[in-house]
Amino acid sequence: MRIGIVTFPGTLDDRDAARAVRLAGGDAVPLWHADADLHAVDAVVLPGGFSYGDYLRAGAIARFAPVMEPIIDAATGGLPVLGICNGFQILTEAHLLPGSMIKNEVRTFVCREQELTVENADTAWTRSFQAGQRITIPLKNQDGQFVADEHTLDMLEGEGRVVFRYEGTDPNGSRRRIAGISNAAGNVVGLMPHPEHAVEPGFGPDSAQGPRRGTDGLGLFTSVLSAMVA
Amino acid sequence: MGRVVVDVMPKPEILDPQGKAVAGALPRLGFGQFTSVRQGKRFELEVEGDVTPEVLDAAAQAAATVLSNPVIEDVVRVADIEADAAATVTSTGTIA
Repeated sequence: MRIGIVTFPGTLDDRDAARAVRLAGGDAVPLWHADADLHAVDAVVLPGGFSYGDYLRAGAIARFAPVMEPIIDAATGGLPVLGICNGFQILTEAHLLPGSMIKNEVRTFVCREQELTVENADTAWTRSFQAGQRITIPLKNQDGQFVADEHTLDMLEGEGRVVFRYEGTDPNGSRRRIAGISNAAGNVVGLMPHPEHAVEPGFGPDSAQGPRRGTDGLGLFTSVLSAMVA
Repeated sequence: MGRVVVDVMPKPEILDPQGKAVAGALPRLGFGQFTSVRQGKRFELEVEGDVTPEVLDAAAQAAATVLSNPVIEDVVRVADIEADAAATVTSTGTIA
């Protein structure tokens, strides 16, 4: 199973995302922003970072990179695509997901271990979880406040497209504590927190198993691999 | 050489954290009369030759597709900066 990891200028978490794919049992295939070829991958991850320095708006310039054209085409046709943090921002700018992200309500960069509820365990990226399951993965962002108009929010809720919701205090002021959403078909998912930083004991968030033992993020990557086998 | 100016502002219903931060700093410097601040963006697009209606149309399209995100922002102005300046001079002259 080949999972493409896109690197834009300013991407930070591509290596962690590739490592997460390998730990989940997949082959990580590096994809370059200027190469409009998906190299026959079975899924794509848009990792976090600050593509193009977040100039203009977060994700706004990356959205027009050559590699995005085949990704948008393929995503519309059902290719599983996961956008993490800046990758989520790119997916909204590309209109593959609704809404947008603005600066955090607290007006500071937020970095913490964040508890989430998996609300929809039927998407290509969440079927290793159970609906209602609580997971903890790192959150780190400046422009993480998810916004959309009330009609769009109602539609997302009504269609079960709120995939992850923040537990406890809303860290960035996101509407309805939304941490991640999907497209209607469930193959495209975007979320602000970082599952790729919680995939290996010793390097993840604190968990019941001990300090830094949390590997709750691995489920997103095993989900897409099982989705492709199924 | 012509120049088109495009102004983009956060939508009124969207909280503007940057404007809020600036608004918080103003009273500390003695500017207590400003009750709120909203921060937007100004783009200056240069073209060879004059700013024709076609150039303005293209600028408006760029403003709608790239320079702004309609979910969170409004394009509040797309204008020929030289023509605007000339108009300002004329109106000032008329008033005088």
